[in-house]
Amino acid sequence: MKRILTTAIAMSLATAVPALADTVKVGYMTTLSGGAGIIGKQMQNAVNLAMEHTGGKLGGMDAEVIFVDDQRKPDVAKQLANRLVKSDKVDVVAGVIWSNLMMAIHKPVTRSGTLLISSNAGPSPIAGSGCHENFVSMSWQNDQTPEGMGKYMQDAGIKSVYLMAPNYQAGKDMLSGFKRHYKGDVVAEVYTQLGQSDFQAELSTLRAAKPEATFIFQPGGMGINFVKQWNQAGMDSVSKLYTVFTVDGVSLPALKDTALGVVSTQTWSPDLDNAMNKKFVADYKAKFGGYPSFYAAQAYDTMMAIDYAAGKAGSSDSAAMRAVLAKGGIPTTRGSLAMNSNQFPIQNIYLREAVMDADGVPTTKVIGTVFENHGDAYAKDCQF
Amino acid sequence: MTVTLLLEQMFNGLQSGVMLFLIAAGLTLILGIMDFVFLAHGAQVMIGAYAAASLTALTGNFLVGIVLAIPITFASGFLLEFLLIRHLYRRDHMDQVLATFGLILFFNELIRIGFGPAALFSDLPKALSGFVNILPDAPYPMFRLVVIIVGLACAIGIHMLVSHTRVGAMVRAGANNEAMTAALGINIRLLRRFVFAVGACFAGVAGMMIGPLTAVEPGMGEPLLILSLVVIIIGGIGSVRGAFVAAVLVGMVDTMGRVLLPVILRSFMGQAAADGAGPALASMMVYILMSLVLVFKPTGLFPPKG
Repeated sequence: MKRILTTAIAMSLATAVPALADTVKVGYMTTLSGGAGIIGKQMQNAVNLAMEHTGGKLGGMDAEVIFVDDQRKPDVAKQLANRLVKSDKVDVVAGVIWSNLMMAIHKPVTRSGTLLISSNAGPSPIAGSGCHENFVSMSWQNDQTPEGMGKYMQDAGIKSVYLMAPNYQAGKDMLSGFKRHYKGDVVAEVYTQLGQSDFQAELSTLRAAKPEATFIFQPGGMGINFVKQWNQAGMDSVSKLYTVFTVDGVSLPALKDTALGVVSTQTWSPDLDNAMNKKFVADYKAKFGGYPSFYAAQAYDTMMAIDYAAGKAGSSDSAAMRAVLAKGGIPTTRGSLAMNSNQFPIQNIYLREAVMDADGVPTTKVIGTVFENHGDAYAKDCQF
Repeated sequence: MTVTLLLEQMFNGLQSGVMLFLIAAGLTLILGIMDFVFLAHGAQVMIGAYAAASLTALTGNFLVGIVLAIPITFASGFLLEFLLIRHLYRRDHMDQVLATFGLILFFNELIRIGFGPAALFSDLPKALSGFVNILPDAPYPMFRLVVIIVGLACAIGIHMLVSHTRVGAMVRAGANNEAMTAALGINIRLLRRFVFAVGACFAGVAGMMIGPLTAVEPGMGEPLLILSLVVIIIGGIGSVRGAFVAAVLVGMVDTMGRVLLPVILRSFMGQAAADGAGPALASMMVYILMSLVLVFKPTGLFPPKG
């Protein structure tokens, strides 16, 4: 018995020692607790699915993923980021849903020489003059998606629009992105409270203003609240609703048929026609039940990008992986992804509509492409 | 801003205040009258919302869902008192804070395990999804009127219970002098359990009313808990009348602040500055109101006598 045990230990040591030298270590930060926990859960599911698809390896090397819960609090996020970088000594810090959290961890992570890859947040300050070469986005710059909506509504000849977003960095980016291509009359620009649950007062004011269209950004639970109350107040007869990051795989199960027909722009949709996306969506549905959201798709893309970068670089070295990603041509669920000079993606912006699929499950469907190969407005200000 | 819109917004404020009272009502009983610091009140709201939403989905009828959910929230309060709360009455307030804060985490996690982290689908029944013209050209969602009616009914009910029934007199006596009340032959333990369960039940009803309007998700009760604590402090801890007046006041100030502040600020500062400062200031209004009340009336607007 003793001999068997010693042999087993010796064998495990023999396999473990060389593996230690080239293990890709990823610290994945997302929100797993609280009201936004569903978003983090979907991202965690997608990361696990990606690791399953790569056989538990990244770039052919052994891999380790450490999940941390930022609790949607900037101070917690900063603490966790420091821990990942200093004591866990990860090669990549990835994830991050919220722009204000990204702002909190951007400097400490990038300055330590660790690669930081965003799976969602893309605040404008770190895309322009505050950019850093150790940051790569696998999602979008905040302004890109609403820019698509502004362009679409401008081209559709919509004369007046009422804007509403929560009062924080991403909310401001979304509305300024919208206004970059929309030249019609902006009736009002209303900032609501982050985490607001009742919008009745705002809806009353909106009704009196009688705008032709309304454009909102209300992610997560706020979007569920807003769309429900929009319907209950019969607002469709007053104004047509356009959204970004509001009607998606996270909110649709709670909204069901009440959100059908709502139009939004997005860089991804479950029905995008490419092999990688089809495999991702089918396997995600089979494994976790229900459609993945864009958060999940971007989390999956992030892991696949690390896999691609580590494989091409042939090592887990942060600088080598970054150099690969900066060149673009990254295989993702959005097709081959090109990279801008500030290392944010250049990508298509699609127009999506909320529909019922063949099984009576609400989802989104691409109904047009507003921008092809669209870069962000801040890249010109970025000097590494 | 037209007069009609201003009136409509005041009505919105009233409705938001009545909804706040629904949440604060149970807390008035537990914190105010029984003098027990209970932070898991928001969790009771969540339990009510989940019970109603899932039973409505199961039976396909909103009313049946509500009727079945009410005993569940009552039972949850009854059980909770029996298992945990009764051991904490004699402890100091800090122990109660710690224990009931733990309950918040426990219930949120329990709901997450049972129902998953995603928000539950809950919508209005067709019969209540219509509109009523409260003012000319101001269609108002009928369900929000129902919320006001339920809130007013709860206000009257709880006021009658506390001030005009023997049970209420016994509860107040028990809170004042436990030993003496027990010596008079009143089963103070059972009485407390009953009051606690009624409090939980009120919170549950609040959850059932909020469910169709907002996202039914884990942790939905916590933001409401903070506001209802503010309401109780402004109203005077332990006063049902105070809680009602304070709830309507808070609802009004919050709503009118959100609507009017950006407009007012825009009249004397730049658009961008006003758009930034307006919502920030509006979210502070309720707490500024509380501070003012505490400065001038430290025991609240309607401190209970005795």
